[in-house]
Amino acid sequence: MARAAKVLLNVPSVRKDFPIFQRLIHDKPLVYLDSAATSQRPKQVIDATTDYYSRYNANVHRAIYELGEEATREFEGARERIAEFIHARSPAEVVFTKSTTESLNLVAYGWGIKGKLREGDEIVGSVMEHHSNHVPWHFVRDHKGAVLKYAGIDDDGRLRTEDYDELITKRTKIVTVTQCSNVLGTINPVDEIAKRAHEVGAICVVDAAQSVPHMPVDVQALGCDFLAFSGHKMLGPTGIGVLYGRSDILEATEPLLGGGEMIREVHLGSAKWNDVPYKFEGGTPNVAGVIGLGAAVDYLSGLGMEAVRAHETDLTAYALERLGDLSGVRLYGLDDPHRRAGVVSFTMDQVHPHDVASILDVEGICIRSGHHCAQPLMERFQLPATSRASFYVYNDADDIDRLVAGLKKVQQVFS
Amino acid sequence: MASSYEMYQEQILDHYKRPRNKGVLQPASHHAKESNPLCGDEIAMTVQVDGSERIADVRFDGQGCAISQASASMLTVSVKGKPVSAAKALSKEDMLTALGIPLSAVRMKCALLSLHTLRKALGETSPDA
Repeated sequence: MARAAKVLLNVPSVRKDFPIFQRLIHDKPLVYLDSAATSQRPKQVIDATTDYYSRYNANVHRAIYELGEEATREFEGARERIAEFIHARSPAEVVFTKSTTESLNLVAYGWGIKGKLREGDEIVGSVMEHHSNHVPWHFVRDHKGAVLKYAGIDDDGRLRTEDYDELITKRTKIVTVTQCSNVLGTINPVDEIAKRAHEVGAICVVDAAQSVPHMPVDVQALGCDFLAFSGHKMLGPTGIGVLYGRSDILEATEPLLGGGEMIREVHLGSAKWNDVPYKFEGGTPNVAGVIGLGAAVDYLSGLGMEAVRAHETDLTAYALERLGDLSGVRLYGLDDPHRRAGVVSFTMDQVHPHDVASILDVEGICIRSGHHCAQPLMERFQLPATSRASFYVYNDADDIDRLVAGLKKVQQVFS
Repeated sequence: MASSYEMYQEQILDHYKRPRNKGVLQPASHHAKESNPLCGDEIAMTVQVDGSERIADVRFDGQGCAISQASASMLTVSVKGKPVSAAKALSKEDMLTALGIPLSAVRMKCALLSLHTLRKALGETSPDA
């Protein structure tokens, strides 16, 4: 696939925005290769949250005074920019939660358990999912007698979309899939999957925790009904997540949390819900988190998501090539960097992933090791654990060279 | 080797690459299996206790990182032939002293997995990790 004009990122300039890169780890410059777990944050995001706390801190929506109006304006302004970022039709389609996990649980509860699902209705997931897109559906099965089915993965890391021919039937009510695997990096054809779900009248629920931070995502082009992602993986604060829902579907979804904010009126023994999206946002929201996520979206938009994706595709290609040249290193996932995101899982002969991570830590290099909260996927590949390096806007080829040098040290220690 | 790699000193690597008492005892008077769900490390201990309440023989089996597997190997060496009471009396501190390496909180769980498993096999509850 031809990539027109290489509008890559100016990484040295990007890195200057991230205060954490000023520090040393074990007397060595920090090489951060764990953005799939959580990203670092630029000073623009840190400043935006500090600014809220220090200049216009107040609760949102009902305060009559100036501070409260400023806080509400910034809070709702962030919602508008986040809606634009994912091409939602309106800000009312953006619900704030604490995480991707909570977003997916909201759907499982509000549309599944409290919704119209009946015993024997089917939910189609995949073997590629993170635990947060497995366990909520277990709840739905346990409460409603729904049947869970799963699309498989090929040896090379591709989602077996042909499995949907058998899996999606007239009994299917929900098809859920990750847009991008947090272990293999595989990017899945969500638009096709959503279309197939709609053909049988099912809804399509997308885990976008690993995609929204790293590539342009257009919920209207995807045609999905729900899409969940987290702030902390996209340069934003921790504790803030988003659930996008198509407006008519959100209207038909019950709230997960009852309390303040989410009601229109309450009487002893009864209540009427507030409008979408507020009916899903019971309790004082994470105001600083929302404002910080708004700043993160501004930062990413400033870089351009096409450029972010192109940069990470280049880095992934380079990483696959360099790691592939190391003897005793086994790589997982698709060879084509255009079909995967900047997530590279690998194992080393004779060395456990935890030992790999410990030795790299001494070199100032942060990678992840373990099952990556995707045990069904790990079982599919018969792996107890892998090491995983993941990339973002502040990484460059030097980081990958440092990783490769670190892995050679690992091999020396265990030789 | 650079001092910064002290976690992987000779003794640990030696026990990792050439584990002592690895396998499964059959028959075994006592056995237990434990895992660390965070990292997937697994240790199974099989123990044969004789009539005079001594550990006549012991084996460990499992998979995991160098720290968990080497500490299991070292533990079997230290308790083999010893009274059950002595094995039960082993503490977390005894294990860490024997390993002689600095460990982070996460890696501590790897280092102590074999002790927890042995204590469970011998019918003792484990001290906190």
